Amino acid sequence: MSTIDIEPTDTVDARGAACPGPLMDLIGRVRSASSGDVILLLSDNDQSLTDVSEWVDETGNELLAVDESGDDYGFYVEVA
Amino acid sequence: MPEEIAILGGGTGGTVLANNLAERLAPEIDAGDVEVTLINDDPDHVYKPVWLYIPFGQREPADGRRPLRDLVDDRIDLAVDRVTEIDTEEKELALRDATVPLGYDHLVVATGSTLADDEIPGLAEGGHDYYSQSGALDMRDELLSMTEGHLVLSVVGTPHMCPAAPLEFVFMADDWFRQRGLRDDIEITYTYPINRVHGNPHIAEWAAPIMADRDINVETFFNAESVDPDAKTITSMEGTELDYDLLAAIPPHRGVDVVEAADLGDRGWVDVDKHTLEAERAEDVYALGDAATTGVPKAGSVAHYQAGVVAQRLESEVRGRPATATYDGKTLCFIETGTDAASFVEFDYENPPSPAPPSEKLHWSKLAYNESYWLTARGLL
Repeated sequence: MSTIDIEPTDTVDARGAACPGPLMDLIGRVRSASSGDVILLLSDNDQSLTDVSEWVDETGNELLAVDESGDDYGFYVEVA
Repeated sequence: MPEEIAILGGGTGGTVLANNLAERLAPEIDAGDVEVTLINDDPDHVYKPVWLYIPFGQREPADGRRPLRDLVDDRIDLAVDRVTEIDTEEKELALRDATVPLGYDHLVVATGSTLADDEIPGLAEGGHDYYSQSGALDMRDELLSMTEGHLVLSVVGTPHMCPAAPLEFVFMADDWFRQRGLRDDIEITYTYPINRVHGNPHIAEWAAPIMADRDINVETFFNAESVDPDAKTITSMEGTELDYDLLAAIPPHRGVDVVEAADLGDRGWVDVDKHTLEAERAEDVYALGDAATTGVPKAGSVAHYQAGVVAQRLESEVRGRPATATYDGKTLCFIETGTDAASFVEFDYENPPSPAPPSEKLHWSKLAYNESYWLTARGLL
């Protein structure tokens, strides 16, 4: 059961996508997002744990939280 | 009324499927109980892998183009026309040149990929590609006139057709310029959107040392945001700017508008079950090849294998049996590592790729397959 209390602006459901699909789906959504938007990326790919956090660090966006409580991962990314 | 199977798109997936069905359902087609219609808006079938070789003067566009009518079994109704609307409720296709819609009982969407240069400001004006026939010809002219400067290959959009082709291009360009005695005066840089040189970690791990060994610069985490054709610069979302003399870009890809308008998925791709290849948003619709979002590469081998699965499933459905054939993610790619050596990978949903050591034998295997591809299109190989 997730204890994360963040209301995302938008959700990207990349479950089922092979690597690097989830990260690329996130990047695609960030391209059209506004500063301050929070995007929730849903992924069931373990590689996303490193791919997403490294890209967020590189770009100056912020990874607010990662939900690992369910079968899938939920990445909450605030757009810089 | 015969049972109608409509195949939308005469690329690798659609053509292999049509010929496969012609053989499987020959008794029903001959008896008039089943009709299979293949719809394509070009009278020619185009084998896109040939385009990689055009910039280096090794192939001509005609090597990858043959009339569909010569490739498709006579049992198949070939309609050279353009679908303008897919109505999955009424199960009808509106056609540009037909006065009445084509009704279907089973629809297979095999509409492939299109290029979307316009999504990146300046890319159409400043970049060149080899993912289209005209782009490959322009690229050939650009390469022939290049004697010094900076060649930048930028993978702008993923997913894109043939994920290995950007690696192949820089490996071939490196080799081609070396053979012509120009490599010392030409810097080559490869950019990729994520933190490695290829989406698949196993292929990335294999390719990165080869690039280092060949003095090919690498810029990762490079998501192109804009191109300035006058200043000849490409800038990434991450804040990196590169000067270029020749920009070889892999443009963003989309599916086709008519699929997007039918709400079968996003960006013109069709959401499917990755094993059954059934569309998730409509009944009696399959998708295969580039058009289907299975997560595996947009590659000819994938379309080929998926066509076999869909053919088996349709055969079962026509004969009133449960469809049991499923796609396991099988993908097969040759990867050129120069102008006279290549590697090879084979993988599926469960088993990752393990690239073979590059060899001249694999290079000739790739070229031999490209010639025998026409047997694949006919459903013979």
